[in-house]
Amino acid sequence: MSQAIARLPRPRALLRYLWSLIAVPLVSFFLALLVGAIVIILSSTLVLKNPFDPTLPLTAYQALAQGAFGSFNSVVTTLVITTPLLLAGLGVGIGFRAGLFNIGAQGQFLMGAVGAVAVAANMQSSPPAIAIPAALAGGALAGAAWGFVPGLLKATSGAHEVVTTIMMNYIALASLAWIVKGPLKEMGSNPPTTPDVGAAALPILIGSTGHLGILLAFAAVPIAWFLLFRTTRGFEIRAVGANPDAARYAGVNPRLMIVLTMSIAGMLAGLAGACTILGISHRMNTTFQTKVGFDSITVALLGRSNPIGIMFAALLFGAMRAGAPPMQINAGIPVELVDFIQALILLFLIANAVLRRLLRLRGVAGAEQTGFQTITRSYGRETLT
Amino acid sequence: MDSFLHTINGIPVLGIVFQFVEYFLNALPFMSRVAVELAVPICLAALCGVMCERSGVVNIGLEGIMLTAAFTGWFAEAVITGIMGPGTPTPVFGLTVPLVLALLAAIIAGMLLSLLHAWLSISVRADQIIAGAIINIAAFGMTGYLNTLLATVSLPVTSNFTALTIPSAVSNIPLVGWLIDALFGQGPIGILMVIIVVVFQIFLFRSRWGLRTRAVGEHPRAAETVGIDVIRTRYRNVVLSGALAALGGAYLSIEATNGFQAGMTQGRGFIGLAAMIVGRWTPLGAFGAALLFAASQAISQTISISPPTGELGTLLDHVPTQFFDALPYLITIVVLAGLIGRSIAPAADGRPYQRESAS
Repeated sequence: MSQAIARLPRPRALLRYLWSLIAVPLVSFFLALLVGAIVIILSSTLVLKNPFDPTLPLTAYQALAQGAFGSFNSVVTTLVITTPLLLAGLGVGIGFRAGLFNIGAQGQFLMGAVGAVAVAANMQSSPPAIAIPAALAGGALAGAAWGFVPGLLKATSGAHEVVTTIMMNYIALASLAWIVKGPLKEMGSNPPTTPDVGAAALPILIGSTGHLGILLAFAAVPIAWFLLFRTTRGFEIRAVGANPDAARYAGVNPRLMIVLTMSIAGMLAGLAGACTILGISHRMNTTFQTKVGFDSITVALLGRSNPIGIMFAALLFGAMRAGAPPMQINAGIPVELVDFIQALILLFLIANAVLRRLLRLRGVAGAEQTGFQTITRSYGRETLT
Repeated sequence: MDSFLHTINGIPVLGIVFQFVEYFLNALPFMSRVAVELAVPICLAALCGVMCERSGVVNIGLEGIMLTAAFTGWFAEAVITGIMGPGTPTPVFGLTVPLVLALLAAIIAGMLLSLLHAWLSISVRADQIIAGAIINIAAFGMTGYLNTLLATVSLPVTSNFTALTIPSAVSNIPLVGWLIDALFGQGPIGILMVIIVVVFQIFLFRSRWGLRTRAVGEHPRAAETVGIDVIRTRYRNVVLSGALAALGGAYLSIEATNGFQAGMTQGRGFIGLAAMIVGRWTPLGAFGAALLFAASQAISQTISISPPTGELGTLLDHVPTQFFDALPYLITIVVLAGLIGRSIAPAADGRPYQRESAS
């Protein structure tokens, strides 16, 4: 973005620059909707043996849009769903900047929720002004710990974070089930649930569900941007992602940056989990689950690992997730369509060289797909010596 | 003898160890069978990984390939049963026409998905980890979507492959009987896996195809100069490996059970990747590692089915069951972190190959 400001002089040049930034994500999104439409028609005629109905995708997408933006309450719902996506997406995006592929947002989210509940359950009698920050900090710390472990393993032994973070996700699931049934179980609850978060519940600010976490998530965007682009640490994180060897020669410690980045990413995902439990569900049972982990990867990629881009991508996905249940109810299209569309968006993004040729876009500084070139590293070969 | 056992089992701490060993030896035949059954999908996933990565392509999409194959196998069987009836199963393996066709459909689906991965990572030269992640997300979404749609349709009940019964004369042979029973007392996919492991191991290190595969994975440029077509070799390996992961997926929905649940692979593809690394990118090693991961689950299953008695039983009562659920994943992390320095990937693993221009 800093380059964009430096290039301000001619409005036409600025427009062209902006177009080159958003063209590929935008075209990917619409192509994905198009393929999704084909899938809807095919599955309806071939699997359900319904008569051929070319307007079905339009009905479905209309129900989706209606559910996301149709009323004041649905807009609030969209914002509420955007909140964890935005926080976790920022975490994954910062990871991409350091050349790390953090698939562990799922587990970090769950542990963040557990941490928040654990603190909240012990602060039932404190005033909200103390309980809320304490519970949020508990969630952030638990998430950070869940990100710290894969970071440390990567830095010390070179164990690839893609495998270790996924393993941490499954361990988080088992830990959550144990904690809800064991240490944090409310006496006499069946099926087992944790106590209500009580004083630590986030206050509702807009509508009937819009909690404080929304503000928190949108406030995190400029902070993350400042951290990445205006601080020394942020520069070091980006340097390690761009070229670990060069960064090391410039005096950056790549191992330290890997641990730091994974901890920050975990903290943000943990905060997302904390906001979800403190702002929406207030109690946790053993089936507490989320799709935030995988959505946040797509959000980070779609937002080009740039906090401002991630904000728009998170809003888009929040809208899609908010509109999916009304789509299933009103148009009979399963919510999983959104997952499939998500994969398609990524597919078109990754094949962006092909897309770029079709759109006749030249390479523009800052417009390359950050995160796509730096992630695959050999499992066994230690790149940090 | 009994009084001797009773005496040593009573020793504090050490006695618990003796009790565990005794319990373990008694449960070994059952446990090893369960372990091999659990290892089949993990091992097939790991073999898929070996075949890809030996030729220099990282494939984390095998979880998605397995899930797609599991769905395709079950769905194809249901559709074909609906068209031509269930047919009479053969006495051995319980083969029926729909079942065999379903297996073929699953393999084809797996190979097609692999072809997509091959195109993205070899021709588009995209990041291979992201390409794999896309396949995982797409498979999860697509199978979940269709599964939810199909919940409203009544489909015929499907059958599954049945396990070979090893005659008791063989399984009672001292020392090796339980091993034969564990390895071959399985359905066709399970037995096929044992055969594939051996054949793949020999071919990878003793055949022209194996030499070319390894050359392309270690030093593609050198391979190209001696006339090996790097691109074609990689395509062939990745597409072929899709069949292996597909067998692992089909195992879940048409051999181990006779149905499909959303997300039924439960991370087995990723555990398979870890097994491949622990097994140092060799088929036999991958099989051993898959057994290691499966064994921890088998122990927990055995304990829950026939809990040990005495002090050992009371001790294990204090261990939460979730600990055993998390154990395979914990072992994966520990082994991965401990072994990584000594387990070396093919040199060109994950690097797209670009032919030098003719100019």
